[in-house]
Amino acid sequence: MERYRIVFSGSGGQGVITSAIILAEAAVLHENLTAVQSQVYGAEARGGSTRSDVIISDSEIYFPKVTQPNVLVCLTQEAYNKFSGIIRPGGLLITDAKYVEITKKVDARQREIPMYEAVMEKIGKPIVFNICMLGVFIGMTELVKPESVMSVLERRIPKGFLELNRHALQLGMDLTEGVRR
Amino acid sequence: MTENIKFVQGNEACVEGALYAGLDFFAGYPITPSTEVAEQMSVQLPKIGGSFLQMEDEIASLCAIIGASLTGHKVMTATSGPGFSLMQEALGYAVMAEIPCVIVNVQRGGPSTGNPTHVAQGDVNQARWGTHGDHAIVALTASNHQDVFAVTVEAFNIAETYRTPVILLFDEVIGHMRERLVIPEPGEIPLVERLRTSVKEGVDYHPYLPREDGRLPMSDFGSVHRYNVTGLYHDMWGFPSDNPKIVHGLSRHLMDKIENNAHQIAMVKEYYLEDAEQILISYGASARSALHVVVSRRNRGEQLGLLELQTLWPFPAEIVRDRCRNARSVTVVEMNKGQILEQVKHAVEAPERVFLANRVDGVLINPTDIRNFLRVIQGRGI
Repeated sequence: MERYRIVFSGSGGQGVITSAIILAEAAVLHENLTAVQSQVYGAEARGGSTRSDVIISDSEIYFPKVTQPNVLVCLTQEAYNKFSGIIRPGGLLITDAKYVEITKKVDARQREIPMYEAVMEKIGKPIVFNICMLGVFIGMTELVKPESVMSVLERRIPKGFLELNRHALQLGMDLTEGVRR
Repeated sequence: MTENIKFVQGNEACVEGALYAGLDFFAGYPITPSTEVAEQMSVQLPKIGGSFLQMEDEIASLCAIIGASLTGHKVMTATSGPGFSLMQEALGYAVMAEIPCVIVNVQRGGPSTGNPTHVAQGDVNQARWGTHGDHAIVALTASNHQDVFAVTVEAFNIAETYRTPVILLFDEVIGHMRERLVIPEPGEIPLVERLRTSVKEGVDYHPYLPREDGRLPMSDFGSVHRYNVTGLYHDMWGFPSDNPKIVHGLSRHLMDKIENNAHQIAMVKEYYLEDAEQILISYGASARSALHVVVSRRNRGEQLGLLELQTLWPFPAEIVRDRCRNARSVTVVEMNKGQILEQVKHAVEAPERVFLANRVDGVLINPTDIRNFLRVIQGRGI
């Protein structure tokens, strides 16, 4: 398989790191793939731009960081401004249509998806924004199966929140219908 | 998916290794980037009837585990550079009193509080010489989570075998990154248990009289034998002594028990060294970048190899000398100003062929950095 080098970026508290962990764990525990997840963080707990790197492959991964992602997700303008330049030529750039205004053309497939708006309209709880984003990600890449993500969530979150997250994941996947890969 | 496959941080892999080794007492003071070790211990130890203590500071943490070890527990504490500095006094005590214990230092940038959330490997010499006085020390490291688990188990085995503190010198990248860990079945990795004295209650017990093989059987403090434990030079009963014969004998014993067994303690991993013209020597997170370069260059037919060190102290000088004998160049890849470089230069026959590829800005040295260093060393420029 092609080696996926992924960067999820946004602001602290949006859950981008959590979604990166869920994705990588789904790949390792449920798809028998190799994955490494890491993050760079400063001293702040909220706000600021955060990023998490995930590499997914079917062979050994030595260097664990991503220098040139072939999939980049940006959930805030600040993250977009900071990271959009590092995308691998021909890669996939996914941004949130509400929070990010595309200011320049990069050599990548740029897809603006109204993730936040859809979450607020259909679910009304911003807490699952990151899971909706994960739904968009797997809808666009088909890198892991949604059932694998749900298996991870079943272990990680209280039962009462599972349906909410399942809904958000499906919503994200639905948002990619008709979007060019 | 089976239960024994996990997707965890290196800090958690260290906790799993410690529990596998039989750890049942942990005392610590949380500090980035080691906090997850304490956090996981606080979750896991109560479940198995073990003890977790959050202490007021790092010196107290090491003192607490020293006491617990004496009473018969397998013990560990975890910290980062600033806390490791505070522990140095108690570390010397553990060396002198010959207390089996494991001290984890997940390195950040230093000196002082330094660069808390970023990677560095600057505490290598501190691990060796941070506490005062002539002494020997054991320090181990690893570059992936399976190895973090294995060297943690080995740290406990070495601590028990030689009655010594063992330092696990990890780094922020290894501590925080997540990857697969397969927990071995019980018995898959052999465990060394505490050697306890067979001397019965009421019979004179010599806590500091080595057997012929150099090992000292212990008696759980507070049970049947009364004896003294001190940081002063001491006789075979553990009572202070300034008798030159006793001082000399103990000083030599503390060094010899480690240095004479350096070949047993030495752990390295070798990649493509058989015909390597250029050798990289690395450890911890840096070794991942070095291995990336070696594997990709081998695919292009370049004769590049990697010697990954897992034992840093006692420095495996004989292995380094032997493997580097025919190399045209030896490049030490590390994230400090050349702490292992100096050891390698001392070890090899041709120190003028030893170079440093490093980074000290809190960013993991990457394969491009290493390739650029190699170009410079080969006289080709960047």
